[in-house]
Amino acid sequence: MAKRIEVKDLDIYYDKFLAVQGVSMTIQPRSVTALIGPSGCGKSTFLRTLNRMHELVPNARVEGSVVMDDDDLYGPNVDPVNVRRQIGMVFQRANPFPTMSIYDNVAAGLKLNNKRLKKSDMDDLVERSLKSANLWEEVKDRLHKPGSGLSGGQQQRLCIARAIAVQPEVLLMDEPCSALDPISTQAIEDLMLELKTNYTIVIVTHNMQQAARVSDTTGFFNLQGVGKPGELVEIDETTKIFSTPAQKATEDYISGRFG
Amino acid sequence: MASSTEAPPRRNRTPRRPGDRIFAGVSTGSGVLILVALAGVAVFLVTEAWPALTAPAEDIPGGEGLVVYIWPLLFGTLISAVLALVIAVPLAVAIALFITYYAPRSIAKALGYIIDLLAAVPSIIFGLWGMNVLAPVTVDPASWLSEHVGWIPFFAGPASSTGRTMLVAIIVLAVMVLPIITAVVREAFTQTPQLHQEAALAIGATRWEMIRMAALPFGRSSIIGASMLGLGRALGETMAVAMVLSASAGVTFDLISSENPPTIAANIALQFPEATGVGMNTLIASGLVLFAITLAVNMIARAVINRRKDFDGAN
Amino acid sequence: MSTSLKTPEQDPDLNTPLGGVSLTAGQLPRSAAPTTLVAAGVAGLLLWLLADWAIVLCALLAAAAYVVIVYTWSRTVEGPRKATDRFVTALVSGAFLLALLPLISVIATVVTRGVARFDAEFFTYSMIGVTGEGGGIYHAMIGTLIITGLATLISVPVGMLTAIYLVEYGRGKLAKAITFFVDVMTGIPSIVAGLFAYALFVMVFGPGVRMGLAGAVALSVLMIPTVVRSTEEMLKLVPNELREASYALAVPKWRTILKVVLPTALAGIATGVTLAIARVIGETAPLLVTAGLTDGDNFDPFDGRMTTLSVFSYYEYQSPGLFAEASFDRAWGAALVLMIIVMVLNLVARAISKLFAPKSR
Ligand SMILES: Nc1ncnc2c1ncn2[C@@H]1O[C@H](COP(=O)(O)OP(=O)(O)OP(=O)(O)O)[C@@H](O)[C@H]1O
Ligand SMILES: [Mg+2]
Repeated sequence: MAKRIEVKDLDIYYDKFLAVQGVSMTIQPRSVTALIGPSGCGKSTFLRTLNRMHELVPNARVEGSVVMDDDDLYGPNVDPVNVRRQIGMVFQRANPFPTMSIYDNVAAGLKLNNKRLKKSDMDDLVERSLKSANLWEEVKDRLHKPGSGLSGGQQQRLCIARAIAVQPEVLLMDEPCSALDPISTQAIEDLMLELKTNYTIVIVTHNMQQAARVSDTTGFFNLQGVGKPGELVEIDETTKIFSTPAQKATEDYISGRFG
Repeated sequence: MASSTEAPPRRNRTPRRPGDRIFAGVSTGSGVLILVALAGVAVFLVTEAWPALTAPAEDIPGGEGLVVYIWPLLFGTLISAVLALVIAVPLAVAIALFITYYAPRSIAKALGYIIDLLAAVPSIIFGLWGMNVLAPVTVDPASWLSEHVGWIPFFAGPASSTGRTMLVAIIVLAVMVLPIITAVVREAFTQTPQLHQEAALAIGATRWEMIRMAALPFGRSSIIGASMLGLGRALGETMAVAMVLSASAGVTFDLISSENPPTIAANIALQFPEATGVGMNTLIASGLVLFAITLAVNMIARAVINRRKDFDGAN
Repeated sequence: MSTSLKTPEQDPDLNTPLGGVSLTAGQLPRSAAPTTLVAAGVAGLLLWLLADWAIVLCALLAAAAYVVIVYTWSRTVEGPRKATDRFVTALVSGAFLLALLPLISVIATVVTRGVARFDAEFFTYSMIGVTGEGGGIYHAMIGTLIITGLATLISVPVGMLTAIYLVEYGRGKLAKAITFFVDVMTGIPSIVAGLFAYALFVMVFGPGVRMGLAGAVALSVLMIPTVVRSTEEMLKLVPNELREASYALAVPKWRTILKVVLPTALAGIATGVTLAIARVIGETAPLLVTAGLTDGDNFDPFDGRMTTLSVFSYYEYQSPGLFAEASFDRAWGAALVLMIIVMVLNLVARAISKLFAPKSR
């Protein structure tokens, strides 16, 4: 069910400030696309426009087009709620709902759409989502304890379980491991590799090894210059980017000769 | 003075800096001062009410004893405050939501300020307004209500011709507590972590669903706390009720007739200047009752707030 | 080890309850809600103009019609979730508009009736020797400022320090007791606070005492818990990370509180203090029994009766005497001045809180 996303000539503005300019890329289904680049070049900004989360910022707007299979995400009659239903997101800081139990966190999205889902079906879906997120074994005995009582890595996997419980087409992840220890990071990387058989995954990361390990395609973002908007420098197969990038800037960044 | 009261819970871990010690002492002292002041209030109320509690029934104003004297006052106090809160709390939460999540962000601040202005209006002004503007306006609707839905006890009628009824007192009280509740609830809503709002939206929640998932649970204890503030003010509001309500001593659920139970606070304000002897003690005894109610209200509210601390968002 | 969410052998019902929503599935056109609103508004207007129904009734009917139409329409086209969303939007906006009514009415009334006496005499004269028209509120204005100022001077330090104690130091029984009794104090009716202050001063100065300071003490009893509560709420919202960051730099606790915690919470605290002042400045009942009323100037809070605007307004209205109209005018005039003072104080507090607020917010 995973879907392909086509981005064409995307400009992103915060009010009058042009943050990202002229991004065109194709995000392949059933694969992991990694976005790398220096801080402030607009990776998060770009990622959030893929499910219209940027609209939370007053006066943020885009020009250009983002098409998922045949649907233009920014078409005139498109409801952002439907977009976000199909394109889930995992954030840098784990954000389980503090007032909800582990179970309720996972079920939160399900309950929105399926008010009349049977308890047993709901249990089943929650269990499968938690299993998919490799969290089931750790929490199955305390499903009804608050989600905020978990460790950071567990919380992040809980958020992933919550995101995949509604069975989105695409999963966006903004630095999902930046607050985690190596073991939790490993767990989440494994998870991504498993999930990509069913989902289209886009991940922003500052960790070059991580991009190399988990992604099939890597896109490199950079600032065009000080005070200038960010841009997509190049995007290609991960092996290619990390061995023989087409652009000098990419090579510099990857080999640490940046700035 | 402070170090002795501070001592028991603190193990002597590290030597504390003088700055720390002074600051902790001054802070603790302030807290203790509050306790002392409150003890003063309680002692005064009890000693001054005592003669009324022990006096024979015929000495109490009305001649039938303290309970008969206070009961209508208590009834009026409770019904006015509770009904005012029933109106004000949902409205206040709705307004706070509107300002925080629905209004265009460029004017949200201004809208919040407008509601805060309502909080700044002194009760004497609400008294003048309720008496002169609101009361006359309610006369026609009230008689319509008594004619058509008179079977509801609240609207049994016959409608008062001046409009200075319990209904008007309730509306005025609701308007008065509305901004207080709104301000506190709004503050909590604006503090709702962006993280949780984003989490809700990212699983495809509509705005209202996001509010239900992130904002309301986060603000719940503030809503309760704010309602408590509101109830406290409604129970004790003196001048606005004293001016608006044309009270007679009847106990009735009828909100729109000219038979209105007075409230404790308003009754004290109206009677105190002329009260002497046991009459004065009786008024103070009624004040003691009011004090006891507010105490009970606060204890219940606190218990509610504490019940689900486990799930609380902040820390 | 993980089961895939979408393996074919699983119950199909579980696999397709959510997926496959078209992005444009069931959307009302953008203009749907505004058009309905205008239509409902026009219908209400027509009822008012042609059928001559009461304006409030027409407005309510129009609002109800709008809600019902939009809800049903949205429910049939967009489904229950979005219909509920639209319903709540209408409800919440309606609540706000409803709350504006009394505010506008109060302000309009006070301004139109109050300006009658906005002349130089009103602000520069007291009531000495005035029986009919004329007279002023100079004494009451100063009295209000003195008494409220004193109350603020007492309450803000005590309240803030107590809140700091509760949030930063308070452990064990004492903190519990203080929290509990601050709650209790929040509910103290203003008239009871007045009686308390009166009794306190009776003990010192004998029966029948009236002085500004007693009024200030009464107001402090009302103000302190509000200050404690709002400060406490704000301090609690300061993230612990900030404190820990400061301790990690070896900053002592008291400096952390003063330099890190308080500034972060200051804007909120100022709002709380403002609300507290706004609450007490218009108090009438406690001042009736403590500070009383006098016709002339008395600016010494330690000696004798001191008039405040609210008490002045109350007496002018309750016991107007022979020249009722003149009295009523003074009552409304004093009310208007009181309101203006309150608003100005509000603005000042807001300006201060803005200046000191951390830049990041
Ligand atoms: N809410 C906002 N309002 C205005 N400008 C913003 C906002 N968010 C980001 N920006 C600006 O947009 C640009 C891109 O920011 P963005 O957060 O997308 O960078 P990033 O590549 O994700 O950086 P990092 O790797 O540090 O997360 C920056 O110049 C930033 O200042
Ligand atoms: Mg980022």
